[in-house]
Amino acid sequence: MKKVLLGNEAIVEGALEAGVQFISTYPGTPASEIGDIFYKKFKRQNSKNRDNLYFEYSTNEKTALEAAIGASFSGLKTLVAMKNFGLNVCLDALGPFLYTGSKGPIVIIGADDPNCHSSAQWEENIRAISYLTHIPTLEPSDPQECKDFVKFAFQLSEKFRIPVLIRTTTRVAHQSMAVEINDKLQITNSKKSLEGEFIKNPYQFATMPPRVLEMKKELLEKIAKIQKFSEKSSINKLTTKNSKLKVGIITSGVSYLYVKESLKELKLDLPILKLGFFYPLPENKIKNFIKNLAKVLIVEELDPYLEKEIKGLAKDSNPKLQIFGKNLFPEVGELNQDLVSFAITKITNKNLGIENYKLPVNLNFPLKNFDRKISRRSPAFCPGCPYWSIFGAIKQAVKPEKVVFGGDIGCYMLAGFPPISLQDYLLCMGSSIGIAHGISKSSDAKVIAFIGDATFFHSGIPALINTIFNKSNPLIIVMDNRTTAMTGQQPDPGAPDKQTGIKIENIIKACGVKYLKIIDPVKNFDGFIKTVKDFIKKDEVSVIIARHPCAQLKLKEKK
Amino acid sequence: MKKIFNIIIGGVGGQGAITVGKILAEAAFLEKKEIKMSELHGLSQRGGSVNVHLRIGEDMYSPLVGKEKADLILILEKNETFSNIDFISKSGETIFLINDFIIPSPASQNVKFENEEIKNLLKDFSKNVFIVPASKIAQEKFGNEAVSGVILISFAAFKNLLPIKPTSIYKAIKKVIPKKYLELNLKAFNFAKTI
Repeated sequence: MKKVLLGNEAIVEGALEAGVQFISTYPGTPASEIGDIFYKKFKRQNSKNRDNLYFEYSTNEKTALEAAIGASFSGLKTLVAMKNFGLNVCLDALGPFLYTGSKGPIVIIGADDPNCHSSAQWEENIRAISYLTHIPTLEPSDPQECKDFVKFAFQLSEKFRIPVLIRTTTRVAHQSMAVEINDKLQITNSKKSLEGEFIKNPYQFATMPPRVLEMKKELLEKIAKIQKFSEKSSINKLTTKNSKLKVGIITSGVSYLYVKESLKELKLDLPILKLGFFYPLPENKIKNFIKNLAKVLIVEELDPYLEKEIKGLAKDSNPKLQIFGKNLFPEVGELNQDLVSFAITKITNKNLGIENYKLPVNLNFPLKNFDRKISRRSPAFCPGCPYWSIFGAIKQAVKPEKVVFGGDIGCYMLAGFPPISLQDYLLCMGSSIGIAHGISKSSDAKVIAFIGDATFFHSGIPALINTIFNKSNPLIIVMDNRTTAMTGQQPDPGAPDKQTGIKIENIIKACGVKYLKIIDPVKNFDGFIKTVKDFIKKDEVSVIIARHPCAQLKLKEKK
Repeated sequence: MKKIFNIIIGGVGGQGAITVGKILAEAAFLEKKEIKMSELHGLSQRGGSVNVHLRIGEDMYSPLVGKEKADLILILEKNETFSNIDFISKSGETIFLINDFIIPSPASQNVKFENEEIKNLLKDFSKNVFIVPASKIAQEKFGNEAVSGVILISFAAFKNLLPIKPTSIYKAIKKVIPKKYLELNLKAFNFAKTI
């Protein structure tokens, strides 16, 4: 049976078909739906449901991965999902995990976002993490492959006792198509519990010298075996055509779809090597593919990782090969079929009648006059959002030019746009406080650091402790809207559903913060202004918990 | 029908562009057509410009509509019309279906389009520009702005602006829309016949 599925939905489908038992995640676009689907299935957070699956939204990506490592060590089939930046957060655990290897098979989903549609702090490419940690990495192109690759990744993980990373991108994770699914799938298994068992084995699970260097050697041996396996795997797909042009294309992920679309459009038949494995690469397969070519086009988004590898491989197998890639494609932003068509015609332009193919983007179409008419609409806070009140109050309480405003990751970063424009720096989760501390220590500037409740739990707490440990004086405003709002109102430790949350004020008090107030900025707008005016003068750290629920959360509860 | 029919749905985050795309995708799927759709989630939900790409037909690969390749540009908010101009086909055959509705924003305060002006600006590029007061109908007849998208796509199906039968849209609405809002949406579908 076929069903229309989003890439992320197909990932869940694949995991269920593979018999996943333990799922942990931290929400982040474009990976959030994966956790959300499990959450909906389970109706609530951290419970084993009757199907004997365990799901949790973890505090951050590091605790999500660590929970998953514990599950894998206990023998469970495990899935962890996060956005690209999340992999940075859990990298500290991921590196050694490759050394210990897995016990229960484990698949990690990492979602990149070329073009910074939603991950707007840097245009990360998590392929670098594949090299850094030696994690086997697969790149699906479409929802069908999302499902198939997840199942394949579980098998690979089981066979080689190693975690496997599936790298999606926005255009894969948020792409829909009809996907073949197993409609007879019964998630319910007969077992009464999760049945994990942690069997002590420090030889495998404890990374310590002198064993650690042996472990590294074992990892590299595993990778060599996986590479051999990858040479024969049909997940690296070769379509050989009798090309008189002696031009071939190597690509992977969503770029493959742009290549296929473009070749159809240009009515060209060129051989394509589509790599399912990004790491380790099937080097012999690539060498064989390029052996008899005159030109090869590498189609990949962002940094030229494949291109560099292939340049190295060509030195052995075909030194005269002309290699095209980033000399025709941008390294910034995502690709599309138009950019691919442009590149293909550039290198095959003889005798095809298409030598004048130009990029259509407004260049050959008199639309320039419309520029003025194009609405550049920035996102804004929802109607009824408590953040309107908070930023409104700040503007009344202080002179913006006299204060430095630290932004963090959440809806409140929209304060960087007009008409609010109260954001002097913005980097990553938890950094509003961490950087505020550095600015306070280095200058006379008074800093107001904004941070949401979920972000505070995610990575704000160590930064808060640092302001006290090392004595600086920012005013921290915890924008407690009782949910992880930006990614779709997932529960957070302060506001889990149907349970009592951890009180942020208790954490702050325990840290020894003397100046602390909890204020509803909507109901007590004047009190909020007064407290900001008062706290901004303090020569030690002060905290206001601005507590009022997210407007979307209220709407959701009504539904 | 052309082998592939490319649709761009443009609007403002929160208007339901993704839901509209889902209904069309499910309707095409019910007719045993292949579909490819690409959408964006996240912060752009909150009142930013959004667009959804939907392709219906066969032998398709890319989830994105190529530049100058749209057959239908469906606009849920009038000021967003020209944000999607890159997709107009040179042949002049691109159909524009525009909701006569404006959501004010700081960015669009100095651009307010009269319908005649839009038609005038588009006349060199598209012979088929439909401006429908879907939001007004949604508010006045159904007391709910959210059904404007369903009114527009149902109108498109009844007027043959889409390679999808109205009955398929009807079935897809039943599949996609949550129970609580289903009746309202089905009424909106039926009303679109009379526009």
